[in-house]
Amino acid sequence: MNKILSQGLFFLFLLCLQVFILNNINFLGYINPYLYIAFIFLYPLEENKFPLLFLSFILGISIDFFSDSGGIHAFSTILIAYTRLFFVRVYFRKIPSDYPFFKLKSESIGKVFNYVVTLTLIHHFIYFSFASFSFQNLSIVLLNTLYSGTFTLILFFLGTYIFKKSK
Amino acid sequence: MQQIIYFFQKFKYFLFFLFLEFIALTLTFNNLNFHKSKFVNSANGITGTFYATFSNYKDYMSLRAKNQSLQEENTILKNDLEKNRLVFSKDTTVVDSIKYHQKYTYTQAKIINNNYSNPYNFLTINRGQNKGISKEMAVINSKGIIGITENLTNNYARVQSILNKNSNINARLKGNTAYFGTLKWNGIDYNTVQLHDIPRQAPLKLGDTIETGGKSTIFPEGIPIGVVSKINKRNTANSNIDVTLFNDMSNLEHVYVVKNLHKQEIQSLENFSNE
Repeated sequence: MNKILSQGLFFLFLLCLQVFILNNINFLGYINPYLYIAFIFLYPLEENKFPLLFLSFILGISIDFFSDSGGIHAFSTILIAYTRLFFVRVYFRKIPSDYPFFKLKSESIGKVFNYVVTLTLIHHFIYFSFASFSFQNLSIVLLNTLYSGTFTLILFFLGTYIFKKSK
Repeated sequence: MQQIIYFFQKFKYFLFFLFLEFIALTLTFNNLNFHKSKFVNSANGITGTFYATFSNYKDYMSLRAKNQSLQEENTILKNDLEKNRLVFSKDTTVVDSIKYHQKYTYTQAKIINNNYSNPYNFLTINRGQNKGISKEMAVINSKGIIGITENLTNNYARVQSILNKNSNINARLKGNTAYFGTLKWNGIDYNTVQLHDIPRQAPLKLGDTIETGGKSTIFPEGIPIGVVSKINKRNTANSNIDVTLFNDMSNLEHVYVVKNLHKQEIQSLENFSNE
């Protein structure tokens, strides 16, 4: 029960943070971090894979509601929620029986870095491709992915560092 | 039959994934269509209330600048009024014709959510059907044009910004000539929009003012838009020019929604002639 409550609060916190603060940063006119995907990185691994997929859909669609983007956030968020297990297998070499004991904090920083960077770049690339909705400006899509992705990653690692210290 | 059930059992996770992705894609495609974007937009009750509360607190940051711009607008309006007074005193019939042939009404509104960093941008304003706003009305402020209303609830409306790749607005050169073109945005810089289809023989110079053309039923004639900042002459009949906006689209707050009282009359006439 306590776990569900804390996940729910984390969900609401990320949603409000994204919608009211991070969407208004517009660094250099157009660069925004999309930190809400941290929900997917930090969600505990479970045998039952449906809740995360559904929650990521809800998270994505709520952000879409606020930022008038149709279903783009939902689409890219579901995609990384789906591919997450594959990357857990590749980078951390975990099998389903290890899932209950898996914690991102106790893994080595190099593996965590690979895992987070891969998922962030996939998410941002899909998001910006759909946002511009044409193949003409691929260079802009790639640049946006790079800039926004760096911004998101800096915020994510700063955030995890701060919360680790306080405990 | 058993095979089908077995198939569903085996791939239920993947099928659920596909199902959710399909919903998201449908919403995305609908959102790009001006007439179909019903469901996911920030003009609904919940997000509208959130944004309205949030912008209440944010307003205090910019009171000084807002006062300044209001005062500037007042000066312009006062000057206009003086011009009209002179005319009235010469010819009293003008007063009557203005009184009974009013063409536009203005409703003041406030922007509670502003996007300008995506290729398809929308704004949310705090006026809706309750205040007489309807679809396809112009949104302007004292410096220039902002967008067109599209989705409505009782208290909020979503506005398609001019910074949206779907936006097409009739615009012309200010001055004695009546050369006009279509104003579009290429999705890159939020200070610059593009004017397409302007005839090659039009006497264009850098720094010329572009204003709305009044050939649509949405925007009133002669609302300022921006100045010509770059002319791309190509080997075609039409040239394509860059226009720097007067408005800073990243810093908008108080706007007017313009209702054209003759809109239905004009549209019924145009539809009639098409048949």
